[in-house]
This record gives sequence, structure tokens and C-alpha cells, in this order.
Amino acid sequence: MASTAPGGLRWLVARRGVARADWTDWLSWGYLLLGVLLMFGPVVWLVLSSFKTPAALSEFPPRLLPYGQKSVAVTGHADPLPVYRVKLPDGSVRELAELHRVGIQSTLVDPVAPEREYKVNIRDREPVRELAFAVGNYTEIFGKFSFGTYLWNSVFITVVATLITLLFNAMAAFALSKYRFKGRDAVFLLIISTLMIPPTIILVPNFLVVSELGLLNSLWGVIWPAVATPTGVFLLRQYMLTIPDELIDAARMDNASEWRIFWRIILPLAAPALAVLAIFSVMWRWNDFLWPLIVLSRSEKFTLQLALNAFQGELTTQWHYLLAMTVITLLPVTLVFAFLQRHITAGIASAGIK
Amino acid sequence: MRALQRAVGVPRIGWLFVAPNLLILGLFTFLPIVIDFAYAFTGGAELYPGRRPWVGGENFATLFDCGNYLDPSTCRKDLFWRSIFNTGKFALVQVGLMVLFSLISALVLNRRMAGRGFFRGVFFYPVLLSPVVVALVWKWVLQREGVLNALLASAGASPVGWLTDAGWAFFWVVFVSIWAHMGFYTLILLAGLQAIPRDLYEAAEMDSASPWRRFSRITLPLLMPNLIVVLVLGLIRAVQVFDEVFVLTGGGPGSATMFIVQFIYQTGFAESIRLYGLAAAASLVLALTLLVLTLVQLRLTRRSLDNRAVSRDA
Amino acid sequence: MQRFARRLAVVIALSTLAAATVVGAGEIRVQCYSDGNECEVTQDLAKKFEAQNSDVKVTIDKVPYKAVLEQLPVQLAAGEGPDIARVTDLGGLSKYYLDITPYIKDPKYWEANFGKTLPWMRPSPSDKGIYGMMTQLTVTGPYVNKTLFEQANVPLPGPKATWDEWAEATRKVAKATQVPFAIAFDRSGHRFAGPAISMGAKFFDAKGELVVDDGYKAMAKKFYEWNKDGTTPKEVWGGTGGSTYRDAFEEFANARVVMYLSGSWQIKRMDTQIGKKFDWIAVPNPCGPAACTGIPGGAAFVALKRTKNPKDVGRFLDFLASEPVYTEYMARTENIPAHEGVAKKGVDYKISPASRAALSTFVAEVPKLSPVAYQIQGYRLNRAIFNPTAARLGQAIAGEISLDDALKRIAADAEEQVKAAK
Repeated sequence: MASTAPGGLRWLVARRGVARADWTDWLSWGYLLLGVLLMFGPVVWLVLSSFKTPAALSEFPPRLLPYGQKSVAVTGHADPLPVYRVKLPDGSVRELAELHRVGIQSTLVDPVAPEREYKVNIRDREPVRELAFAVGNYTEIFGKFSFGTYLWNSVFITVVATLITLLFNAMAAFALSKYRFKGRDAVFLLIISTLMIPPTIILVPNFLVVSELGLLNSLWGVIWPAVATPTGVFLLRQYMLTIPDELIDAARMDNASEWRIFWRIILPLAAPALAVLAIFSVMWRWNDFLWPLIVLSRSEKFTLQLALNAFQGELTTQWHYLLAMTVITLLPVTLVFAFLQRHITAGIASAGIK
Repeated sequence: MRALQRAVGVPRIGWLFVAPNLLILGLFTFLPIVIDFAYAFTGGAELYPGRRPWVGGENFATLFDCGNYLDPSTCRKDLFWRSIFNTGKFALVQVGLMVLFSLISALVLNRRMAGRGFFRGVFFYPVLLSPVVVALVWKWVLQREGVLNALLASAGASPVGWLTDAGWAFFWVVFVSIWAHMGFYTLILLAGLQAIPRDLYEAAEMDSASPWRRFSRITLPLLMPNLIVVLVLGLIRAVQVFDEVFVLTGGGPGSATMFIVQFIYQTGFAESIRLYGLAAAASLVLALTLLVLTLVQLRLTRRSLDNRAVSRDA
Repeated sequence: MQRFARRLAVVIALSTLAAATVVGAGEIRVQCYSDGNECEVTQDLAKKFEAQNSDVKVTIDKVPYKAVLEQLPVQLAAGEGPDIARVTDLGGLSKYYLDITPYIKDPKYWEANFGKTLPWMRPSPSDKGIYGMMTQLTVTGPYVNKTLFEQANVPLPGPKATWDEWAEATRKVAKATQVPFAIAFDRSGHRFAGPAISMGAKFFDAKGELVVDDGYKAMAKKFYEWNKDGTTPKEVWGGTGGSTYRDAFEEFANARVVMYLSGSWQIKRMDTQIGKKFDWIAVPNPCGPAACTGIPGGAAFVALKRTKNPKDVGRFLDFLASEPVYTEYMARTENIPAHEGVAKKGVDYKISPASRAALSTFVAEVPKLSPVAYQIQGYRLNRAIFNPTAARLGQAIAGEISLDDALKRIAADAEEQVKAAK
């Protein structure tokens, strides 16, 4: 079993597990670890950064963990004062609270003995940091922006569009896989050809069409154009081709109507492929960006992606809110992924095989 | 239903099933393409085609007005040609690298080891993120004051303008695009690898075939259909790249990362005075290119499938 | 099959119902974007209006600036959109405006107080209609990091100092304080126009057509050189593509640049984000051979033709234009009033001393504005030259094309856009 061939390229070939670990195993592990770092790393960094205050965000070089400037309550002052580490003229280094700064001079006091004031050049002081999670970034978003509304819009579009997509695509796939009618192949090619059309090409005319249909500023204006996915038809058709025709013939002999055959036999049998399509559809609709941007202009109809994009392009770029919003926007997809990861990867694999 | 069945005949019922899909596609894809033609042959800045003056092929003439087709700066619509060259460069480089890395990843993920499912998920995760999120995640890392430069600074090097240098910006656009899409293609190739019957490898081993031989004579040919699928899909997508690049670099610096779809978007939407006609003309040129590409690929697929059948029988 | 067909019909019917948004009588929608807090204040004022006029409901749609720039024009072209919108491209959208003269109480009041800015919204010079109300008068001008000047021990140049003198002074300061850059401009043709006019640009030739003249070229060359020799950070103009707007606020707020050419609408943002971190001040526009000018501008609430309630639109705008309401609006948004009566009386801004000083500097700039500045701002198709300025100079700065090529293409682009829009 242990190959006598040189270690070389053995790892390129799928093999049964080798009892001892050799350098190709280490190479593979290294590659996988690098993969994890590259795939997860930036997202983790984003999440950590989303908990930083604006001041901490504009710091360079950035700290790994969120730090905020320490502040301390000093008797005689209503608000807590920021704490700095100060190099005094006599050479000693002390932690003092800043009263105010004018020009290049800072006036500081000892929090414990606030009567004595120190006047120091701003160059000689640096802020004292402590670990602080700026949860305010998240909570303030809900207050500032109608977050609940955006969330609802995204959820509505995603769920409804997915249901319709599953139905329409399954029907089309059924027709294209189990029926022989003149023009069938042409129709299939037609549907697949739309894969090549970048949405931007038909953006303006599409806007015209949707507007004439009275669907502007309606969530349905986002749903209807999106449900006839060619990829979905392709996927389902591939799967349905493997459903034995005998089942259908038998049902026909039992006098079942075509719709019944579709609904009671085909759909249940195609469940794995339907599940894969459902997951894809959820992902596509949740992440839809350019088209909703065109159709929806009333802010109460915005989806999460629109809201996110809107704030990234704003005149005022407030990264702390932007980061928090980004995290929230990718959270549902991440959760779906975490729980359904097996199904997703298995589903694509099986669809790919067939 | 039964009455309908009898009237139409069972085979033609297929039309009814496929009808809703076709209706949607017709309304929201084919009709707009027809309207696109209306835009391409008219001028002015009005939205309604009815109000636009007929200009015939002038938009196309403008697009193709070049002194030297290989040098965009001699062209009247220099940005159009720059974006075409950029798109071509991008498609070749990105797809090539992505297929390579997808293959390597698929081979590695195919090994028997602990946590295989987890690692598969890891590679697939970025595929689920929206383009806006992808772009923002990397923008945050690649900023002048981002974590990448911080790591460089701690190693003693000076910070680099990752997104403000033309060469680096292009590199990162390719990198981020691969990062965001590789997982999908890896899984397709992985499925293909798993479909290769074990006994082929065992037989080869008994014949003392070298690992490279096994790879080039068994793995590669049997994987070829999947590789072609990955190549086709990858190319089609690469030519249409827009969302994540637009958010990441906006086409900059200058127009170093401006691709054809951004040119269309900018001409038709982003300017205050929208040149719908020009945008539509450019769109049609792009659509034609994609059509040609796909037909060529389909040819290759058919041929490779035939080859596979042959190698199977052998 | 019948069941299915029926279901489909129901779904389509329901969806069209859902789509139809019935705007009742007495309801108006206002699309608003904020520079600072304009939309919040507008919302409060709208509530006051509703209290006084119980038969009208005013809904304020807060949208980002990008939506106003990119989506609103397409919506309006398709006959969709709000009843009132806050816009900055006053001339470009003028074909969609509604003349509210028949719906306001006293057109003469409007002429007296908004006379200078009303022409900006008119589709043609001979038109005499009233189409909207300026929510602010903005002036472009530079902000300077005074703290850095103090640290470097360099005196601030005087009010009549030229761009070259400012460049030299800020370069000295940057070197002394180890700040990477001296001057930054927002990536905008509108911002660039001020210094260009100061250097002698006239923007219009004898026939009234847009032209790229020697004054413009002189400023373009100067700015290009600044980017090349490191006076100005390349990534602002050269780091992005097309005519995308990008401001250099972050660079200034992080003390990476000494002087920042922007405008009076940034005051509130400076106050909020910079606050007391360092001393930021506004300074008079530097001079060139021809003038020491910025560009006026501002956003306006415009009435839109498509509205079904022109009377209520008129009433609401009348309300906003009334002296007490407008004064409150200015005080809370910290903007320069476009209302002459309010400007004369003065506004009691409850703002920090830094903001107050900056505001008065900008207000003092208004009389110094060159007539060419008013001309280009009032020109309906000014974007035809502003957008290519940002795009092509950006390309030149990024090193993609030569400066000469950029200037030639700016002229060509402008000509093409003007031709299409006529």
C-alpha cells in the first residue's frame, strides 16, 4: 500500500490514507492552514475592527484588539476626562487627565490631586488605552438608520423570490428533461444563453420595463425579474435527467395528470437539487445589489445591501458604522453557512457529478 | 388539467411548464435587449427611446474611432478601449490562476484527513459573501492605514499604496476576485475528482505507474469535462466583472482597473449627462463577444466529452 | 392546470396591487440628503408644518448623496420620484421642475430674498419662474490646520496671498512637522473651478460655449505639478477612476495634510469629527492673477413637475422660506443663508467658536466671488466640464495619460456631453 514511488507527486493522486505522515501531508496541511488564514482572516479582522471607536480606527498601525482611550472621573468635572501618559519636564512619566488643549499646549491634572495643573507640549503626551468594545457602533446603527425595515425588506425579497424561483425553475427543468417537444433544445439553449448577459447591459431598458409595469419602488419589482434563473434551470434539469422515466410512465398508466406527476413524483425526488438551488437563491437574493439599487429609491424600501452601499458611498465616510453594518449584513449568510455547510458542499458536488 | 392535456397532447404540455420561466425571461431579459438596440441606434440624452433622435451607426462609429487599435490613447473613446484591454488581461490572468488554484485546492481537499468537511466549507465561505462585503473587507485590509501595511511596517518596510498604484491595484483586483469565487469552482472539481473510480488508480499502481503518469493519464483526462466547465463559467464571469472591483477601486487609479462593464455603467448611469446610446452600443459589442466565446467553449466541451467516452471504452 | 393558472393570475393581481402606491390628497414626499444634519432638521420643521396645516402629511425620505446624483435623474426621466427633492445639480435637472409661482403666497417676497439664486434653477435665462428654494449658500474655500503652523513656527500667509505663496508656506510646515502632504483638493471639478478662475479661467468663450482656456490650463498644470512633487497626495485625484467624487476630508482630519480646499458645508462635519483635536480654521481663497475666488453653490429644495399636489408643495416651500423658519433652519444646520433678509439680520448660530470663526470667514468670501464663478455655477450643463475635469486630470495624475492629452480630452468630453444634452 505504501507506494514505493518517490515522495514527489504522490499527493496529486487521490489515495487511501497513508499510515505515516510524510512531507506531502505536511504540505497539504500547510496549504489548508494558509487557506483558512486567507479565507477567514480578513473577515475576522473586519469583525474585530467593527468594535473599535472612530479614534481607534484612524490609528496607525492598528491594534489587533479594539482599544479605546481610558477616561477617568475627576472631582469637580462633570464628564470623565481622557487619560494620557505624559513626559514631564523633570523627566518623570505620569498618567494624567487632560483638561483641555489649546494649540500645541495641553493642560493636564493628576486625577488624584486635581488642584495642580501641568502644562505640556502635545508632543510629550500619548493616550492611554484600554480594551474597549465599542458596542455603540452596533446599537447606534439601529437608532440612526431604520435597520429593522431594511432587514424586513431583505428577508421578504429573499424568501418570496426563492419560493417562486424553485417553482418556476422546477417546472421549466421538468419540461426540458422529461418532455420531447419541437423546439425543446432551442428553448434550453435560449435559457442558458441568458447566462452570458451581464445585468448592466439591460439595466436601463429593464428599468423602463419595470417602470411601465408599475413595479418601481416595490419589492416585487426586485423579485419578478430575478426568478427565472438559468443556473437554476440548468442545475435542476441535470438532476431530473437522472430520474428514471419508468416512474413517470407508470404514473401515466395510472392515469395521473401531468401536474400531479410533477408535484407528487418529480419534486420530491428532486429534493436534493431543490435544496441546493434554494440555498443559492437565498444567497443571490440576499446579496443582490445593482438591480435593487435601480428599482428602489424610497429609503423605506431599501434592502440591507443597499443601505450598506449607500453608507459606503456617502459624503461622510464613517467607517465605524460601516464596519458594523457590514458585519450585520454578512451575519445571516454566515449562519446559514455554518449550519448548512455540509448540504451546500455536498449538493454542489452531487450536482456537479451528474 | 386533464382536458388541457387531451387538447394539447402530453408532449406539448412541456410548453406550459416552461412558460412561466420564458415569460419572465422574455419580459426582463429579451425585451430589454431589443430595447437596447433601440438605444444603440439613437442619440441624445432622453430616457424614452421614442424621444431620441435616430443616428444610425454613429454610436458604433464613435466607439470604433481609433487611430491605432492597439493604442487606446489614439482612440476617441479611449476609456472604452482601455477597459477592453483591461478586461481581456483580467479574464486571462484571473481565470488561469483561479483554475490552477481550484485544481490544487480540490486535489488537497480530496485527501482522506480529519476535518475535510470543515476545510471544504472554509474555501467555500467567501462565495457566500456579497460583492459589496467582499470589496469592503479587502478595502479595509489594503488601505494605506490598513492591517497589511501595518504588518509591513512592523517588519521594517515602508507602507505601500496597494490600491493607488496601477500595478498593485490590478494584482489585488485579480486576487480578491479569485478569493471570492474560487471555492465554487473548487467544489465542482472536487466532485469531478470523486467521480473517478478508485479501481483505475489501483490498476495503475499494480502496473507501477509513476504518480505523474497517474495524474496525467487518469486524473487529468477524466477531470477534463469539469475543467472545461470551470473554464467556461470562469471566463464568462470574468468578462462581466464589475461589482466588487467597482467598490474596491472604482476603476482606479486612473483607469487601471476599469473593465468593460464599468465603462458601460459609467457612460449610461454615472455621468450627469447620460449617453444611453453609447452605453447600449458598448453593451451590444460585449454581448456579441460573449456569444462568440461561449460558442467556442461549447465546441471544446463537446469534443472533450467525446474524448472522455473514448478513453472510458479504452 | 386550471388551478395553477388561477393561482398565477391571483399572484400577478396581488403584486400589481402591492406595487400601486396611492398618494392621497394632502400628502407630499420630500427626498432629502444631508451634508450634516439637514434632513433631521427638515423633519422637525415638517412636523411643525403639519401641526399648523393638519390636512397635509409630509414624508421626508432620507437618502445618501449618491442616490440623488445617480438614481433621481433616472427616476424623474421615467416619470417617477418624489414631490420635492434636495438637489445640487440645479441646472441639469431643471427640465423636471415645477413653477410654484401660482402656488405661493407672495412671489415678490421670493424675488426679493432669493433673487440671486433663483436663476440657477431656471431652464433658460429668459425664464422667470420660481422652481425651488436654496437650503444654503455654500462657498468653496480652504481649511488650514493652524496647530501645525504653530508647531512649525511658520506665520500664516495673509488674505491677499497667492496660491504659490500658500504652497510654499504649507510645504515648509509639512516638512517641519513631518506631515506627509501640504495641500489637498476634493476630487471635484466644482472645487477645481475656484482656483482655475483665480488663475484666469473664463470657462466660456465669446459665443457662450464651454472652453478650456489658458487660465484653466495654468491651474491644471500647477495642480498636476503639485501631485507630482508630493505637495498633494496622489491618491485623492489619481486613486479612483471615472468622475467619481471623493473628498479629502479624512486626510485633513487625520492631520496628514496642512491645507484642504473644500467648502462651507463641511463646517458641521469639522466640528463633529475633528472638534478640538487640533485648531482648524478657514482662510480666504488664495489669489491668482485674475481673482481670489471660490465658487458659490448649495443645494436646493426643488418642486417637481410630476407632483399630484402642487398646492401643498407650494405651501410647504412657502413655510420653509418664511423668515423665522429659515432662520431656525440656518441656525441648526450651521449653513450660510441664501435668504437675503435672514443674511442681513444675521443668524444666531449656537456653535463652537471655531465653527463661528470659520462661518464668518466664508460669509466674508461671498462678496469677493468673481462673476465668472456665478456664471459657471448657474450654467445648466456645468457638469459637462466638471465631470471630465475630475476624470481626465485624475488619469493624468495617475500617470496614465499626459497632461496635454488630458486637457485635450476634457475639451472633447465636454463638447460631446453638451451636444448630447442639447
